[in-house]
Amino acid sequence: MDLQTILILAQDGLTSGAIYVLIAVALILVFGITRVILIPHGEFVSFGALTLASLQVGVMPGTVWLLLILAGIASIMETVRLLSSGAGKELPGVLAVTLVPPLVIAALVKFCIPLHLPLGWQILLTMLIVTPLGPLVYRVAFRPLADATVLVLLIAAVAVHFVLVGLGLLFFGAEGVRTPPFSDVQLTFGTLNVSGQSLWVYAISFVFIALLAWFFSRTLYGKALRAVAFNRNGARLVGISPHLAGTFSFALAAAIGCLSGILIGPITTIYYDSGFLIGLKGFVGAIVGGMVSYPLAALGALMVGFLESYSSFWFSGYKDAIVFAVVIPILLWRSLSSVHYEEEE
Amino acid sequence: MIRRVGFILFLTLLAIVPLFSPYYITMGSYIGLYSIVALGLVLLTGVAGLTSFGQAAFMGVAAYTTAILTVNYDWSPWLSLIIALALTIAIAFILGAITLRMGGHYLPLATIAWGISLYFLFGTIPALGGSTGIPDITALQLFGMELRDEKVFYYLIWVVCLVALWVSTNLLDSREGRAIRALKGGVSMVESFGASGLRLKNIIFIYSAVLACLAGWLYAHMMLFVNPSPFGLGQGIEFLFMIVIGGPFSLWGAIAGSTVITLLKTVLQGILPKLIGQTGNFEIIVFGIMIVVVLQWMRGGIWSLVERLLPPKPNKPINDSSNLPQRIQPARGEPLLKVDTVTKAYGGLLAVKKMSFELFAGEIVGLIGPNGAGKSTMFNLISGELPRTAGNIYFGSENISGMRPPQIARRGLSRTFQHVRLIPGMTALENVMIGTYLRTNDGILAAGLRLNQAAEAQVRAEAARQLRRVGLEESMFVPAGNLSLGKQRIVEIARALCADPVLLLLDEPAAGLRHLEKQELARLLSDLRGEGLSVLVVEHDMEFLMNLVDRIVVMEFGEKLAEGLPKEIRSNPAVLEAYLGGV
Repeated sequence: MDLQTILILAQDGLTSGAIYVLIAVALILVFGITRVILIPHGEFVSFGALTLASLQVGVMPGTVWLLLILAGIASIMETVRLLSSGAGKELPGVLAVTLVPPLVIAALVKFCIPLHLPLGWQILLTMLIVTPLGPLVYRVAFRPLADATVLVLLIAAVAVHFVLVGLGLLFFGAEGVRTPPFSDVQLTFGTLNVSGQSLWVYAISFVFIALLAWFFSRTLYGKALRAVAFNRNGARLVGISPHLAGTFSFALAAAIGCLSGILIGPITTIYYDSGFLIGLKGFVGAIVGGMVSYPLAALGALMVGFLESYSSFWFSGYKDAIVFAVVIPILLWRSLSSVHYEEEE
Repeated sequence: MIRRVGFILFLTLLAIVPLFSPYYITMGSYIGLYSIVALGLVLLTGVAGLTSFGQAAFMGVAAYTTAILTVNYDWSPWLSLIIALALTIAIAFILGAITLRMGGHYLPLATIAWGISLYFLFGTIPALGGSTGIPDITALQLFGMELRDEKVFYYLIWVVCLVALWVSTNLLDSREGRAIRALKGGVSMVESFGASGLRLKNIIFIYSAVLACLAGWLYAHMMLFVNPSPFGLGQGIEFLFMIVIGGPFSLWGAIAGSTVITLLKTVLQGILPKLIGQTGNFEIIVFGIMIVVVLQWMRGGIWSLVERLLPPKPNKPINDSSNLPQRIQPARGEPLLKVDTVTKAYGGLLAVKKMSFELFAGEIVGLIGPNGAGKSTMFNLISGELPRTAGNIYFGSENISGMRPPQIARRGLSRTFQHVRLIPGMTALENVMIGTYLRTNDGILAAGLRLNQAAEAQVRAEAARQLRRVGLEESMFVPAGNLSLGKQRIVEIARALCADPVLLLLDEPAAGLRHLEKQELARLLSDLRGEGLSVLVVEHDMEFLMNLVDRIVVMEFGEKLAEGLPKEIRSNPAVLEAYLGGV
């Protein structure tokens, strides 16, 4: 293997690694705040790519229907909850918050589809459609279980994954899509060709991570979210609503997933179920970080990217088997490097 | 009676199903196979509070092992079963050893990862036939007869399933089983009675893997062909769905769940694609929604509805006396517990600072202090729950500092918990039986095969005796969760007494009790002292202790403030200052 191959593989690894970093960060964020191990995160990834592809060909994306259905279910659940707890006065406000944004987004999409907008606007539209799916999924599936154990939440997460994958097939069919690259530029550094798309991936991942870091360390709301992740009851006592925090973390996770899907769409073909494996690779990174440490998780996610890229060169058929098998030694390392006097639930 | 009739009806149904059509035989065989796997998952998830998405992968290990050994090497299927079992146990042991020390979510994550990994390996390794798999597996031979008939295989599967059900039922109703049922509330309770939480978790994970292995082996010899697809992560998840739908807290939930999911899947696979006008496994949408709804509204699954209609299980008879071995109590006045300049630091914070005090056999010592004085930390240092930073703790003449709770329990220290740690669904009697963990030694195998009945009768009698001793005979068969807090605390004392302790450690036993309950508790403790038992009580209720204890040790800010007879303490100015903020 010559230097050029090494570099090309490194570049591939870095591209997918950057996306896994985004996913790993979202997973830790959601786990910290809601204790949900977000198995369905990958579905936001595939929904991102598939929604963009639908907009490209001028078809109403199925995710819009999903948005409306979830908003409908969430409204019913809110109505029942508020009426049974005697807080009927709040109902109009809550219903407006739950129903109006999805309806506006659906109308906007309907209006925009015939206009054949440029790619940038279509990406924005895609983000607008997929991001609210996060909070709605949280409201419908996880919020009623907020006090359940991690185990119950995990089972619910797997169930949601099943539902979303099934709906992905229903809405988008079994055909795979490739979305157009952000730019067709090919840069040459010595012997190495770098695609414009890869540079976009690096830049956007970097900017997004920097934004998150700024948000969580510099803004009051970001600090409040960290407080929830650190101690739910304590945060509740000082007036931070865990439900609001949960809603926000799911919105962020959906946005990050959607963005990852849009970034990866031009690089690999995305099917309705491709997101699952992509999301799980982000998980491997998150596990390196013990589901708590962002820097370690980012490092782990990059490692997954490189491991995948190099193993696809040497033992192509075993690429995925290797990436997931590596979880076992990682867990061994974590288990040996930490002392545990813990009480589960 | 109704239970028995129901069981006989169930057996009759099983027996006559194959008479209808080959279709029913196939469905019945699948339900039986899946039930075997689901039984293990009920024990793992519903009972022990752990979970695995890798049960299908364990099936795969067994199926591929037997496929390769019988096809390529001409081994007998029975011999390959032994290899498959050994392999399964080894894998489960390694996965468990790696993940079970850490938080509960690591086992499912690890099983997802290795399940996917294995699935890809099955599909890629040429020797395993790739995605086409391995055909022409040797048929099972039993008494010189080849088991190729579907009907015969159906019965074989259900015999295995019923045996697994029987063994699992026995297991739950045994010494180790009770400890496993206690795991969900955290390991510290079972550890304080001498069981190793890690070992129990490992055992139950291996047991569930072994059941999956049996199912995989049966599957391979039923189909006479294996390929990767039935062993993927999706199937592993489906097993978990079966028990969530069927009822994760009951072994029958496994059978109910695998029946419902298997039948529903067949129906939906027929209807949905036609309805939607597109091929695909759309049934997963329905299953996913069902799971979310069940988790939100009906955690006990289908079987909890059935259970509500059934009469309660009859109570087992209790022998009059037990002759479990008893310790020889030390002579009154002998030094029993010596805390020698013990310090516990959390970073720069000293929760306990150079504490020293002694306790002699036959006395009740009260360890008191205002909230945050470090009493509970001191208590946990003695019981081994927390490691100390410096100093030594002696029990008799032996240095017990640095020992873990099970080792300390073995030496005759027995404790209760500040926040009551009873298993709400188990009767008071069963809860108290956990206390005898170290006094009997029947293992998993004996329990599963019901060879432990003599020991069980002893344990039951002993637990009943302790409940009588503390005056709770009438609540013996009440689920612990239905008792008042005062009674629950007494049940905890009975459980501790069941361990035949030399020293009883009570962590705030009067917290949350009403006045009369406190009086009764004090009377009980004083009776126990009369019987020669030594007690260390951590309390902040001065009133409760004053007329009860022989000596009092007062803590404040992690340090010993005073020590002496109750009446001395009552008039000690430093203590009054600490409690009342100055006189």
